[in-house]
Amino acid sequence: MKAAVIRFPGSNCDQDCHYALQNVFGIQTDYVWHKDSALKGYDLVVLPGGFSYGDYLRCGAIARFSPIMKAVSDYANNGGLLIGICNGFQVLTESRLLPGALVRNRSMHFICEHRFLRVGATDNPFLNLAQPGQVLNIPIAHGEGNYTADQATLEELNANRQILVRYCDANGTVSDAANPNGSANNIAGICNANRNVFGLMPHPERACEDRLGSTDGNLIFQSILKHLGVRAVA
Amino acid sequence: MPRIAENGISGLNFGSRFPIFDGLMKARVTVMPKKSVLDPQGVAVRDAIAHHGFPQVSAVRIGKVMEIEIDDAGPDAEARLHEICADLLSNPVIEDYVLQIEG
Repeated sequence: MKAAVIRFPGSNCDQDCHYALQNVFGIQTDYVWHKDSALKGYDLVVLPGGFSYGDYLRCGAIARFSPIMKAVSDYANNGGLLIGICNGFQVLTESRLLPGALVRNRSMHFICEHRFLRVGATDNPFLNLAQPGQVLNIPIAHGEGNYTADQATLEELNANRQILVRYCDANGTVSDAANPNGSANNIAGICNANRNVFGLMPHPERACEDRLGSTDGNLIFQSILKHLGVRAVA
Repeated sequence: MPRIAENGISGLNFGSRFPIFDGLMKARVTVMPKKSVLDPQGVAVRDAIAHHGFPQVSAVRIGKVMEIEIDDAGPDAEARLHEICADLLSNPVIEDYVLQIEG
């Protein structure tokens, strides 16, 4: 199996993603530059976190028009597994590969801390090893992670089991108090209707070794490997 | 250059809907968060105004203004600008835009 991490000018979690995939899971992982236009032979594509194009205009808005994104869209529309983390999630919503949008945190603060996430749907390639209701400890680091969408979209996401993770407390209770950024329905991550595109604000690649304080992010990578029929090294 | 044009022959364009002189067009795009979307930046500024001694200010909403210049604007320039506004300059999920063509 082969994975690609897309690099935009301003990406800054690209090396973390590469490390998690290659060093922790032994997956051959390439960096792909935003000016490239080909994306062939990959089983997983990651849009990493960061501040692509300096967050100019809106987070992810300029990245959407970079040459590689046409190939990323084609890859996703052909069923390829695509995961957007933090700024990558913002790029996915701006690219309309996922519904809704991510706006300024309601507190106006950039928040960088570990948070608890409650697993929603597990019938997808990204959380098939998790139990519904399971609580994951994964850090967030963003200023614009406040997920918003109209009521009809939110109802559709819920009805189609596209809400994969929601902010909760240590006991798994989803409440306003456990919502760090004001996201609608405490949404931290969603997938598309075809379940091959996953966007989330938390950083699973920053929770992949004990020394990072949590290994709960591995569940997501292990689920992807299981879905692809690959046995992980770790 | 535009100043010279304004004082000179640009009078030819008076009354024209498109202030085009030698194909130069200026546009102003205002992008605002939709009413349904919380604008925490506006709320923070409103609170700052209250702390400044003007608590009667009840609402502030913050958007952005973009000034655009187009050389060789063709007859379809305005339509193409609308396309760009909806596709790139604003995100219709969270924002509305107003496009004004200016002299």
